[in-house]
Amino acid sequence: MQSYLLSEFIVERREDRCIHCRVCERQCANEVHLYDAELDRFFSSEKDCVGCQRCVTLCPTDALYVRPRLEDYRPNSSWTRDKMQNLKKQAATGGVVLTGSGNDKPFRVYWDHLLLNASQVTNPSIDPLREPMELQTFLGRKPDTLKIEFSDGKAKLGSELYPNVMLQIPLVFSAMSLGAISYPAFKSLAMAAKEAGVLFNTGEGGLPVEMRDEYADCAIVQCASGRFGVDLDYLNCARIIEIKIGQGAKPGIGGHLPGEKVSDYIAQTRMIPRGTDALSPAPQHDIYSIEDLSMLIYALKEATNYTKPVSVKIAAVHNVAAIASGIVRAGADIVAIDGIRGGTGAAPLATRDNVGIPMELALASVDKRLRDEGIRNKCSVIAAGGIRSSADAIKAIALGADAVYIGTAALVAMGCTLCQKCYTGKCNWGICTQNPFLTKRLNPELTSQRLLNLLRGWGHEIQEMLGGLGVNAIESLRANREHLRGVGLEEWELNVLGVKGAGE
Amino acid sequence: MLVQQYYQNERFVPDKEMDACGLFGVMHTGGVRFGGQMAIDAIKNMKVRGSGLGGGFAIYGLYPKYKDHYALHIIYQDKNMAAKKVVEAFLKKHFYVVFDEEIPTNPDIHLFAPPLAWRYFVAPQKGSAEENIPDDEYVISKVMHLNSHIDDAYVFSSGKDVGVFKGVGFPEEIADYFMLDKLYEGYIWTVHSRFPTNTPGWWGGAHPLSILDWTVVHNGEISSYGSNRRFLEMHNYYCTLHTDTEVLAYAVDLLMRRQELPIEVVAKIFAPPMWEAIRQMNDNDKELYTALRMTYAPLLMNGPFTVIVAHHNEMIGLTDRIRLRPITAGAKGDLVFLSSEEAAIRAVCPDLELAWTPPGGEPVVVRLNTRDHLQSLNKSI
Ligand code: SF4
Ligand code: SF4
Repeated sequence: MQSYLLSEFIVERREDRCIHCRVCERQCANEVHLYDAELDRFFSSEKDCVGCQRCVTLCPTDALYVRPRLEDYRPNSSWTRDKMQNLKKQAATGGVVLTGSGNDKPFRVYWDHLLLNASQVTNPSIDPLREPMELQTFLGRKPDTLKIEFSDGKAKLGSELYPNVMLQIPLVFSAMSLGAISYPAFKSLAMAAKEAGVLFNTGEGGLPVEMRDEYADCAIVQCASGRFGVDLDYLNCARIIEIKIGQGAKPGIGGHLPGEKVSDYIAQTRMIPRGTDALSPAPQHDIYSIEDLSMLIYALKEATNYTKPVSVKIAAVHNVAAIASGIVRAGADIVAIDGIRGGTGAAPLATRDNVGIPMELALASVDKRLRDEGIRNKCSVIAAGGIRSSADAIKAIALGADAVYIGTAALVAMGCTLCQKCYTGKCNWGICTQNPFLTKRLNPELTSQRLLNLLRGWGHEIQEMLGGLGVNAIESLRANREHLRGVGLEEWELNVLGVKGAGE
Repeated sequence: MLVQQYYQNERFVPDKEMDACGLFGVMHTGGVRFGGQMAIDAIKNMKVRGSGLGGGFAIYGLYPKYKDHYALHIIYQDKNMAAKKVVEAFLKKHFYVVFDEEIPTNPDIHLFAPPLAWRYFVAPQKGSAEENIPDDEYVISKVMHLNSHIDDAYVFSSGKDVGVFKGVGFPEEIADYFMLDKLYEGYIWTVHSRFPTNTPGWWGGAHPLSILDWTVVHNGEISSYGSNRRFLEMHNYYCTLHTDTEVLAYAVDLLMRRQELPIEVVAKIFAPPMWEAIRQMNDNDKELYTALRMTYAPLLMNGPFTVIVAHHNEMIGLTDRIRLRPITAGAKGDLVFLSSEEAAIRAVCPDLELAWTPPGGEPVVVRLNTRDHLQSLNKSI
């Protein structure tokens, strides 16, 4: 059926600059640029353009402009352009409208309404360039107390500890599975995590066997509803095991990796036949209650001889605080909360844009609930979904997170421009695709360097802000909401965040 | 839940007070009791460190006659007799009061809004349901109740054979008001002079702060206050005074009294070595210090502070891990001094034998009948 869709982008070529090198033509997997050798002229098929800016970035003479085409329908505050486009898309296909990456709706971004404190006079700020500024963070369950034994005047640790994993910087790459992202992208994350002393999360697509020797030591492996790639070695090689219950971009629903993307390699890693659809059911089929979750947690602990922290990742939903408390009581060592702005490779648009709650509010209420119940030290909390900068990360820590997951920010560092077309498999940046022609655009040596730069840059920025606050260890800011003030927030929002208004 | 007991929302928990201060402590390691002159003169010597908005003393070995009873120093703000009635009814119900009297004061000394100060010597009178609760826990819970539930009544101190005298004024004025130099003797004296930056003086807000026989005097700002406070709330300590010092006092109580960790370890929780230093340690210490930092991260006291903690038989001085606020120790014979400034020690003990400055995070532990304090001398800078 003919689609009545209008193009989303305007592609403009400045002929006076274009040298007809045909880079854009080769770069665009959507085949927007077509060169007619006979006429020595370019044509563009605008309706296929997704605005990924690959051609614009790579054009050697800056001849290309790709801009959103926003104003063709009569302006209407209710029937906005994207609402109408979606209707037309749906009318033509009858399907569920799909999308990729995170929620782009103008829900309040609380980070932008929270401001940090700094030292003046009564306590000195500390210069991180001169003094140590410690970001080391431990993920895992902490005991209530320690036994110290003394033998001839020397103190010795007398208690056994729960397994904990140390991060050099309280940042962890979020779950992005091999399959959803390309092998070079996956590998780049692993390499950067290893180099920076942090962790990456394999997502639910398994961990290739030949990567284990080198990278399992900085891997969080997921055990999700599809149970892809899960066997004893997979569980035992990793640092942390994460049970994925939900994802911020699509709370309550599962995942679907189409068969076309299941290449030999991915089939092997996921332990499924090549070319079959990889379906992750919405719920875990053995978890229908908190007791069931507890059984899985302990099954995983048994399988790994209690040597690894077990994390449970949930989407931030309305009663997230009570759920988190149940998860900790069920035996989890880490609770990861993914907010409504969390990214995805593919999700129904209606779900992505309308289900869940902002992570900032969820995090504040989870931290508070766990403290009120006296079990906050029994677990670590990782905040995920929409952490865009070091400032967001440090505010999350001040609200109570032990560490933050970064997904979209890492993708952007690799080249992603948030075109939201991850589900098409035609990512021109070589990230969300399995097409070898596209994936070879990413060189893990170089890409991991970009990611490492990102981690280091954020690390330095966090150190600067900590020093400004007059503390020299990240734990002294954790849950220290006294160092946050809200601006432009309603009373109830301040109450949920447990933060005073600026000037209060 | 915890916070809600006092505030509708965490957001309404008042800001903590900030202050700068002078500290001094002196102990006779042979346990000989002496008068208050040294403590008073020393703190007077550091007059600029206070602003006359708070001063106080803790004295150990104070009530030999009643040394087996808990000595409750209670003040009634605005001389509120109604509050006194409620408190006394409460005490009668939960304690055997063996003796009580008004704490004598000098009528010629005029201070800002002096409350009525009373002392009670008591023994626990437990109900059948409370029989298994240890005495100390029992007393603490009752003191917490009094402090948080009865308006205008406030327990200054509650230990055995120890007392806290404090109020709004310069410490030497407080000493004159309570006639400390004339009436009392003890083998440890700690004193505090306060320079609050953001709150008007309040008698209860002066130092020392105490729980049972533990007292804390403190100088500095603890920038990790919020993290520390939230952690302590999980252990049922409600910070009702909103001072950094309160957090320290509760942390000391939790770690030293309840969890029975020795001060040498507790010092490394409050002011832990840097990770860089831990990496250089031998395996045994590396394991120990890593575990300590991991487990007790929320009790790292960050920001500039000096603190003198005392309880029976022990006086401990400690600075923050990067020594943003100094402490000086001195010794002569059996007398050991801790002070914000060396000059104050020399002012009261001109023929001092030893004076040293311990490095950041290294405690000076002064113990009865030992020379333990000299351990920090070897590491001093
Ligand atoms: S899809 Fe990307 S590469 Fe293709 S024309 Fe549009 S912006 Fe350029
Ligand atoms: S990963 Fe690729 S397809 Fe997905 S939003 Fe980024 S650039 Fe677009």
